[in-house]
Amino acid sequence: MNTFPARPFPHRHLLGIDGLSAADIDLILDLAEGYVEQNRQDDKKRSLLRGRTIVNLFFENSTRTRTSFELAGKRLGGDVINMSVDGTSVKKGETLLDTATTLNAMHLDALVVRHPESGAVQLLAEKVNCAVINGGDGTHEHPTQALLDALTIRRRKGKLSGLTVAICGDILHSRVARSNIALLNIMGARVRVVAPRTLLPAEIERLGVEVFHDMPRGLADVDIVMMLRLQSERMNGNFLPSTREYFHYFGLDAEKMARAKPDALIMHPGPINRGVEIDSAVADDLDRSLIRQQVEMGVAVRMACLDLLLNVPSQRNAP
Amino acid sequence: MPSTLLKNARLLDPWTSLDQRGDLLAIDGRIAAIGAEAAPGVPETAVVIECGGHCLSPGLVDMRVALREPGHEYVESLAISSQAAAVGGITSLVGLPDTDPVLDDVALVEFITRRAQKVGLVNIYAFAAATKGLRGQELTEMGLMASAGALGFTDGSRAIADALVMRRALSYARTFDLLIVQHPEEPRLAAGGAATEGEIATRLGLPGITPAAELIMIERDLRLVEITGGRYHAAHVSTAAAIDVIRKAKRRGLPVTCDTAPPYFALNETAIGEYRTFAKLSPPLRSETDRLAVVEGLKDGTIDAIASDHTPQDQDAKRQPYASAACGMVGLETLLPLALALYHGAGLPLLKVLRKLTQGPADILRLPVGRLAVGAPADLVLFDLDRPWRIDAKSFKSKARNTLFDGHPVQGKVLRTFVAGRMAHAAPEADSAVA
Repeated sequence: MNTFPARPFPHRHLLGIDGLSAADIDLILDLAEGYVEQNRQDDKKRSLLRGRTIVNLFFENSTRTRTSFELAGKRLGGDVINMSVDGTSVKKGETLLDTATTLNAMHLDALVVRHPESGAVQLLAEKVNCAVINGGDGTHEHPTQALLDALTIRRRKGKLSGLTVAICGDILHSRVARSNIALLNIMGARVRVVAPRTLLPAEIERLGVEVFHDMPRGLADVDIVMMLRLQSERMNGNFLPSTREYFHYFGLDAEKMARAKPDALIMHPGPINRGVEIDSAVADDLDRSLIRQQVEMGVAVRMACLDLLLNVPSQRNAP
Repeated sequence: MPSTLLKNARLLDPWTSLDQRGDLLAIDGRIAAIGAEAAPGVPETAVVIECGGHCLSPGLVDMRVALREPGHEYVESLAISSQAAAVGGITSLVGLPDTDPVLDDVALVEFITRRAQKVGLVNIYAFAAATKGLRGQELTEMGLMASAGALGFTDGSRAIADALVMRRALSYARTFDLLIVQHPEEPRLAAGGAATEGEIATRLGLPGITPAAELIMIERDLRLVEITGGRYHAAHVSTAAAIDVIRKAKRRGLPVTCDTAPPYFALNETAIGEYRTFAKLSPPLRSETDRLAVVEGLKDGTIDAIASDHTPQDQDAKRQPYASAACGMVGLETLLPLALALYHGAGLPLLKVLRKLTQGPADILRLPVGRLAVGAPADLVLFDLDRPWRIDAKSFKSKARNTLFDGHPVQGKVLRTFVAGRMAHAAPEADSAVA
């Protein structure tokens, strides 16, 4: 069912949304559509990547993303190994390059990397001789999350261009926000960010967003409300006084949601903090909440990415 | 509907620069008419008060008062504070959060608001804490406390010292367009200090505080205001250098305001005399050069407001060796006559002095008071501009009597104070003062 793409994916790695074209993104999403169907069959496994070795190299705790990548690799027939590296025992920089040398010796075909420091995945990509997929680097990019969000929206709304999307919450610390802002701009959507000023990075409007500090105004007439997870260490007075105040002004509940378009949809990269950034009634509203679909799309999108990066004739049997 | 006609007053409104003889009619707590003659709509039941040509101005708005309730009611209760304010012609006051417990929670802001309505002769508002427990580390629930009535956020008589915390406080407050009020004194430079560094402190052997402690904190804060765009107010500025940087910041268009208090334009550091602990203030009394710069700052508009900085202390707190004594002076009952010295003695126009006491602070606080406008609350003060008298601490409503101005000759006396049209104070001289 997955025909070989007419136009090869012109990238060796997937390090970020920044650098992709609209055609690249369409290619990934179109391919992922097929994998959504495949994943709903009883027999989910193909042998496209048979004999290929994929390592999930995670320098940061993750269950969902790692599992999603692991499933994606296995369903394409690849061998997937999970390597978790305790961040505290790693001396950054030098050790990261040592790791690259080690991995090169193991003849990997793809490396999925998550790292707490922005730019670390790119640094590793420069040193290894296999394809690298950024599974999230610091507060920089999380491209597969943006792609799975795009696929989720496209399947429900039929398009991305012309939609108004509000990304709400901790923009400052969010790689998900940065990747989504980039992708939605490339695809012609209008992007808003809604957050208290302490959770907004400087000159964020230069990234192509409209800035709001007030949920009712920021959500007015939007098609998509994308909530971000608020880490507990941001609360208790550092960036925010309390979860109570945050929820009161920036948490998504039915009343604030009423400002959005009647057919507006709710997204969240998960895991959600109920009663902190989102009210349970809204998160669990099957008609409006896409949170469950996002997880499903995640596996399909990651399969498409592995397919495009690994199933290329010129790279097959490459030294 | 209760109505009051104030006849034959010198109507003074800094908002419109009105200065003319006339009458003012208050109906149902609000100003219903102002004019050269009583409007035809005066109800027959109106209480008529003859003003004898004395000055009628918007009631004073005092934006810095240390409240002792909750926690230290034995020093001064809210009821006493509000009575003292009424005597001083103050119709709205703003309390600081350094009560016990600290005003850093929505429930406490609601408590003050409720108590104030119950016991208050005047309007009592509050600044809430900018950081939890005034510890200077974690932000408070500014949004919710503002909805509950807090007019701004400050750590009271402590500086918000940590630059990152200040940055986030300004930034967070700007989210809701709220005011951050700073006690501008670099705490490490001020630690242990009892007087301004210089000859007098040296002669008395008192640990000194460099006047640059104020300048450094304000300069830093102005940079943070530049980054964040947050609304910033420097309380009781007292040095020439600090006033100068605020002047320049205002010219650059930064959202910055400041106030000062009577001791800083009425006194200088020589008032310490032989270790008079009533002179121990925070910030400390300054040099004569600085005092003159404060007057200049009031004249040229750099300083927006005059606040009493009322800080009641019980006797035990002041009967101490100088360096160990508590800081502060009471000021509610002496605010107007001390400020009027700027008109009588320093050449400031009367309306300009009144503006610093009414419209100036009201605008910073965004309160719809401080003006003689039809529809505005009938918060008013009637005063005899020229009457000479001596401040007598024994006659204070305040239980605390810690003032250096006891026996000080002044000119100008509050005759009557009205809050929402109700008479909150009438001085014994009020009736005999009628010409």
